[in-house]
Amino acid sequence: MGKLFSGAEIVFKVLEHHKVEHIFGYPGGAVLPIYDELKNHKTIKHILARHEQGAGHAAEGYARSSGKPGVMLVTSGPGATNAVTALTDAYMDSVPIVCISGQVPTHLIGTDAFQECDTTGITRPCTKHNWLVKDVKDLARVINLAFEVATTGRPGPVLVDIPKDIQFKKTKFVLKSKNKKKLNGKVNDKVSINEVDQVINLMKKSSKPVFYTGGGVINSGPEASKLLRELVSLTGFPITSTLQGLGAYPGDDPLFLGMLGMHGTYEANNAMYNCDLMINIGARFDDRITGKVDEFSPKSKKIHVDIDPSSIGKNIKVDLAIVSDVESFLKTLNKRFKEKNKDFLNSNKSNISTWWKDIDKWRQKKSLNYKNSKEVIKPQYAVQRLYELSKDKDVYITTEVGQHQMWAAQHYKFNKPNRWMTSGGLGTMGYGLPAAVGVQVANPGKLVIDIAGEASVLMTMQEMSTAVQYKLPIKIFILNNQYMGMVRQWQELLHEKNYSESYTAALPNFVKLAEAYGCIGIQAKKPDELDEKIKEMINVNKPVIFDCLVDPMENCFPMIPSGKPHNQMLLGPEDEKEEVSDEGKTLV
Amino acid sequence: MGKSKSAYSEPGKLGKLENHIIVVWVDNEAGVLARVAGLFSGRGYNIESLAVAEVDKKKHISRITIVTSGTPQVIEQIKLQLRKLIPVHKVADFKSNDQKILFKELALIKIVSSKKNREKARKVCKKYNSIILDKSKNSFVIQVTALRRDIDKLIETLGPLGLVSASRTGAVAMTRGSEIFK
Ligand SMILES: Cc1ncc(C[n+]2csc(CCOP(=O)(O)OP(=O)(O)O)c2C)c(N)n1
Ligand SMILES: [Mg+2]
Repeated sequence: MGKLFSGAEIVFKVLEHHKVEHIFGYPGGAVLPIYDELKNHKTIKHILARHEQGAGHAAEGYARSSGKPGVMLVTSGPGATNAVTALTDAYMDSVPIVCISGQVPTHLIGTDAFQECDTTGITRPCTKHNWLVKDVKDLARVINLAFEVATTGRPGPVLVDIPKDIQFKKTKFVLKSKNKKKLNGKVNDKVSINEVDQVINLMKKSSKPVFYTGGGVINSGPEASKLLRELVSLTGFPITSTLQGLGAYPGDDPLFLGMLGMHGTYEANNAMYNCDLMINIGARFDDRITGKVDEFSPKSKKIHVDIDPSSIGKNIKVDLAIVSDVESFLKTLNKRFKEKNKDFLNSNKSNISTWWKDIDKWRQKKSLNYKNSKEVIKPQYAVQRLYELSKDKDVYITTEVGQHQMWAAQHYKFNKPNRWMTSGGLGTMGYGLPAAVGVQVANPGKLVIDIAGEASVLMTMQEMSTAVQYKLPIKIFILNNQYMGMVRQWQELLHEKNYSESYTAALPNFVKLAEAYGCIGIQAKKPDELDEKIKEMINVNKPVIFDCLVDPMENCFPMIPSGKPHNQMLLGPEDEKEEVSDEGKTLV
Repeated sequence: MGKSKSAYSEPGKLGKLENHIIVVWVDNEAGVLARVAGLFSGRGYNIESLAVAEVDKKKHISRITIVTSGTPQVIEQIKLQLRKLIPVHKVADFKSNDQKILFKELALIKIVSSKKNREKARKVCKKYNSIILDKSKNSFVIQVTALRRDIDKLIETLGPLGLVSASRTGAVAMTRGSEIFK
């Protein structure tokens, strides 16, 4: 008879099989057998978070910056419920997470036992799939399948709930890697030549084309970004990106129009509105992108490439739908494109030259400009200086949620995929700090910065303690405007400046807070001291909380006001009353 | 600048609602019905009726028949979302007026009334493949199979004739001829 293994041992054997090196977690009664087993598996390092939500976002940051699935381990009841925000966040932003949760022993399930909750019930709508394992013989197969589901097709979170008695029970360990039943969302990656030819035909006919690319390019892997760059250079078409897609295409390239959507650039949004061909690669026509659906890009033919069939046609009807992984689509397309069109770039130049003139005209609006000041630090200026002073390094940026997030997206330029981690779909305040922890774990020695808001960062501040424990020199760069700025901005624009509960009185002294955690605190109050202090932050090899005091009343522009189409943007404060005036705005 | 007081867009034009029958083959495992039902409630789709039972004992496959309504875009989403669920094997979909498909619901109806009214009630039921399942001196239980709207009508007619209780299933569906659902 073969050797018998406990459920807890089996958990680690499958993790080892998947070459897991880090798990983010928090112990408790219902997972103690698994924690007990940890000592026997030296290749797996456990990172002790300070809250299960923190463990979850750290696993997300780890996954998004490394391309590997993030693994988290939590106990039953409150451990599992605390993980729900992170799981939902990962679900919305397609991040592969395997969450293992402890559960009360099988004989107590359903009795309202201590720390019992219906974990699979609660997490059913926020995972791709979940399992309650009631027989130890199923355990290896289920965890193995969990990794497969999390990482194939459109990635996402999964959860395996393991009752405590199952962790103790023993069985033989077999890992069959058959299981090639159709996994939903996993599509055959064969793009047909016919489909690709249709794309090429539309591209040739178009005189106002635009690429609209999203997180799918990043999720498809670094090769997809390379192919995207090649395709853009073959065509000379303009390209814009969603929030999640930033970094797939170089942010400082002249063909790049900047981010689109609610706080996207004037040129990107107008290109989307006026184009005659929209080529959506790995984006999902989210409502922050489309604005008013009925008036979304009225004159264009639309191509949509997505790995998830349910993303196609959900919000916007398209003319050509291609269900595919981005990398394999682009591989086929680029090859065919080069075969069929020698020197397309030059021969097609005149065809799209008026279009580029239109775009240049929109660019002249310089929609990201703002009025700088000598007295007070403008948040946009702070992000620009941070970019200028760090861009020679391979930097990883995470953010919280709010104005600072949008300013980071607008003013920090990304040149590589997997360098930008932000909570887009769910918009989770408190994401950025723990995500930075995970990013730094996956990328030792790299510069990891959380561009934060003072309100958001207080939601998961406890994870500074994690950063200190594991010597993770993350930098928390707080754009401290003392307000929930994004909320305040909406209240100013839509609720007659009734700033109901959006001011945080009694903020902590962030410098002292940093010291209390055992890390470095830095504060900047004036524009002229900013550079010096940013350099100081970058140069210290310890976790830093940087309290950057910025103009409390600054608003984030440009913006598409709610329910408006893309061609009706507000460019700046003057715009609420009258026509755009470009005067008084300076580009730093 | 017209002011909408929301960070969200206003609803666009609504398409026309269609009635559809959706048939789903799933692994008969714990929680599968909750997954399917949760998908509908979570995304705001409508379930008019639902019928489910295991149809393949060996492979543990259940067949779920769901009557729903929605715009063509919503119906398409329902199918695509269902196909993403891991225990779902296949999904078929028909308009409820599709002539190539048979739809049936079953109802058990209890009548307690005078002899005269009971006679009348039996007669009304005749059209609907009725079978008397139980009889006593002042009551009977009758089984009928028909379309939903016919059963609706029947129940209305039987009201004054002594209907005291009705129990109904959701619709089940089958293709006509030698074809099967794909
Ligand atoms: C968990 C959570 N609660 C509430 C919100 C709503 N919300 C969106 S932005 C925001 C304000 C964020 O303030 P801060 O972190 O200071 O960023 P700022 O906008 O000032 O840059 C709030 C409350 C949210 N996104 N997430
Ligand atoms: Mg703030």
